Amino acid sequence: MRRGIRLALPLLPAAAALGASFGVLARAAHVDALAAVVMSATTFAGSSQVAAVSVLGAGGGVAAAVAAALLLNARYAPIGISVSRSFRGSVARRFAQAQLVVDESWALSRGDLPVLLGVGATLWVAWVGGTAVGALAGQAIGDTSAFGLDGAFAALFVALLATQLGSRRHVRVAVLGAAIAAVLIPLTPPGVPIVAATAAVLLGRRP
Amino acid sequence: MSTGWATVAAVGVGTVLLKAVGPVGVAERRLPAALDALLGSIAPAILAALVVTETFASGRHFVVDARLAGVGAGVLLVLARAPFWLVVLCGALATAAVRALQ
Repeated sequence: MRRGIRLALPLLPAAAALGASFGVLARAAHVDALAAVVMSATTFAGSSQVAAVSVLGAGGGVAAAVAAALLLNARYAPIGISVSRSFRGSVARRFAQAQLVVDESWALSRGDLPVLLGVGATLWVAWVGGTAVGALAGQAIGDTSAFGLDGAFAALFVALLATQLGSRRHVRVAVLGAAIAAVLIPLTPPGVPIVAATAAVLLGRRP
Repeated sequence: MSTGWATVAAVGVGTVLLKAVGPVGVAERRLPAALDALLGSIAPAILAALVVTETFASGRHFVVDARLAGVGAGVLLVLARAPFWLVVLCGALATAAVRALQ
């Protein structure tokens, strides 16, 4: 677990800053500060939270906001299945530990549960704390897009992807997954391209 | 209930359940060997898709903007075997710099 915390430390500033920008965005969309913090604590999945409050901020209804967020989080079903065997113990324990699965903790742990929990718990603290600061300080933070956090997370996913390209098969799967996502971005609601990209594991198979 | 709280509640319940599908629903049950082999390569597929969507997606539009500079910096640093924190930091700096120039 300590290794997980150490692995997550470099990501803390970015996670806290992104949490703060989510907090600011939530308030701008007329979501309570407390509701924003509760969302970060329970949903704990950045892109879906940003998507949900963006829909509300643009005047969309609850159903549209929820659909956008849950489509983005649909990837956690296959992600969770891919690490399911690392989890041990009672249903309640697994259920609680499963909540610490986020893209970063899953990709950094490579199936090592204590690392996954360490990364997940560390990011959770930064994410929830950052959200509270953003939701309360609000306008004082200003336009967070100027910090380039969105580009930082895209770069982080490049680094996480690089750790997974050990075999030629994985390289093929990654190229196909990227291609599927790129083609689907204009054709489907956000979230669907990521889930559909998992089909690359079938296409990338070759004896 | 306000629209904010209703959204928070529904997204929270849905996400908590989605995250539990694998660890609780599948648990330690043995999956067919063929499926197991496929799940082993799901990480590169999803991470590659996340790189693409985080770089180019803006809602349902495919756009090229300052984020591409952040990803470019990230790729160079990953090739140079830089640590994660440096990749993240330079990704943010490159994106912010290009955005400031626009």
